Amino acid sequence: MPAKVVVLGGGVGGTLAANLLAKELGRDGAVTVVDPTGMHHYQPGYLYLALGQTNGRWLVRDERTLLRRGVDLVVEKPTKLDPEAGVVQLERGGTIDFDYAVLATGARLVPDQVPGLLEGSYEFYSLEGAQRLREALRRFKGGRIRVGIAGIPYKCPPAPVEFVFMVEEYLRHRGIRDKSEITLLSPLNRAFTIESASKVIQPIMEQRGIELTTFFNVEEVDPSAGTVSSLEGEKTEYDLLVLVPPHRGQQLVIDSGLGDTSGWLPTDKHTLQVDGHDRIFAIGDATNLPISKSGSTAHFEAPVVASRIASLVHGTAPKENYGGRVMCFLETGNRRATVLRFDYEHPPAPPQPNNIWHIAKWAFNRMYWQTVPQGRLPDNLPLPIPTGRSES
Amino acid sequence: MSMQIAKTLDLKGLSCPLPIVKTAQGIKEIASGELVEALATDPGSVADFNAWCRSTGNELVEQGEEGGVHRFVIRKK
Repeated sequence: MPAKVVVLGGGVGGTLAANLLAKELGRDGAVTVVDPTGMHHYQPGYLYLALGQTNGRWLVRDERTLLRRGVDLVVEKPTKLDPEAGVVQLERGGTIDFDYAVLATGARLVPDQVPGLLEGSYEFYSLEGAQRLREALRRFKGGRIRVGIAGIPYKCPPAPVEFVFMVEEYLRHRGIRDKSEITLLSPLNRAFTIESASKVIQPIMEQRGIELTTFFNVEEVDPSAGTVSSLEGEKTEYDLLVLVPPHRGQQLVIDSGLGDTSGWLPTDKHTLQVDGHDRIFAIGDATNLPISKSGSTAHFEAPVVASRIASLVHGTAPKENYGGRVMCFLETGNRRATVLRFDYEHPPAPPQPNNIWHIAKWAFNRMYWQTVPQGRLPDNLPLPIPTGRSES
Repeated sequence: MSMQIAKTLDLKGLSCPLPIVKTAQGIKEIASGELVEALATDPGSVADFNAWCRSTGNELVEQGEEGGVHRFVIRKK
């Protein structure tokens, strides 16, 4: 009997894990992906969509087209996972039995947790949100743009910084930069959580006339007054407000009794096993690991999980550990970007932004559909791009 | 005189910037002049708590470290 492996979630982590599992297990495994929509989003593209640099059509594909032929796809919402019985319950009453499970269920946005956020602000953390923001920017005639963070943790920590740089360039091209004010409202006393990155970013913000308000943890938005206030007691007026909505883990995780109060899965930082469950693994945004919630993280975690499950099925010693590897590009506008490469032991040392990293990011964006979900990203690329495997 | 702690925040294991965010949330729940105690393991929290208190006007009454746990006592302004 082949081992039954169920992968919940068809994002970058779930899709790559399923494909690698099917490849590594061959006839020894039966791999099923369960995804509520059956559509795969390239989420890093939302930023470019919001700024009118691409369109939504390019950012979404049918999950089936990304999966190996041997992988089953169930397009339905999983509602509960019973770790002891090894059963996943589906919304319409069906069930899926499993020997091993990979939880790649991601994060969900909970904008209603912050009063006034839905009515008063825009975001680029969903396809619709990015489209709405794009249209709001098209209508924008100048004024005060405030960009802030309404809950931590959130996906892709550099994104708000990238947005202020890119919107600055956008307003210049539109000829309304001199009529506009751009402010980044940061939860800390610097532009970005990682200090070495802040040291690279802040001088560029200054050069470009982008203001930084420190220790501004968004508490509520007053859409009628056009103000946003912070837990620290500050209040500021806006004409266009862009806020990263609060994130939580999925309801399924909470309902299955596996997550913490916010729905994040307590996960072993090296083996990626869900605490207390040897046959259940978690990757990507769904975990409680103290590293970036990003596609890159999931991309580096998926091979580790596939390899460890294959070892369990074959009764061999596990070969791979996750070392916390993450790689994030950070666009600074003007066709430049820098890169943050780090792991549990090594903080990033980002280079000064240059055109090469910007081109690398564009190449990655273009190659994504043909390479990343399939685990086909070659090891020896002329461009400095992450490879699919993590060093253990 | 022993200090009366109105609220303790266990922020151990959380990484930057969560300890500051949770403290900003937690201090909302106590009255002006009362004390909040925050326990954090993130080494960056020392600089962050000092800067946050300076910036917000809350008073950092006490800070120390024991066995890798940083303790901050803050009086709400």
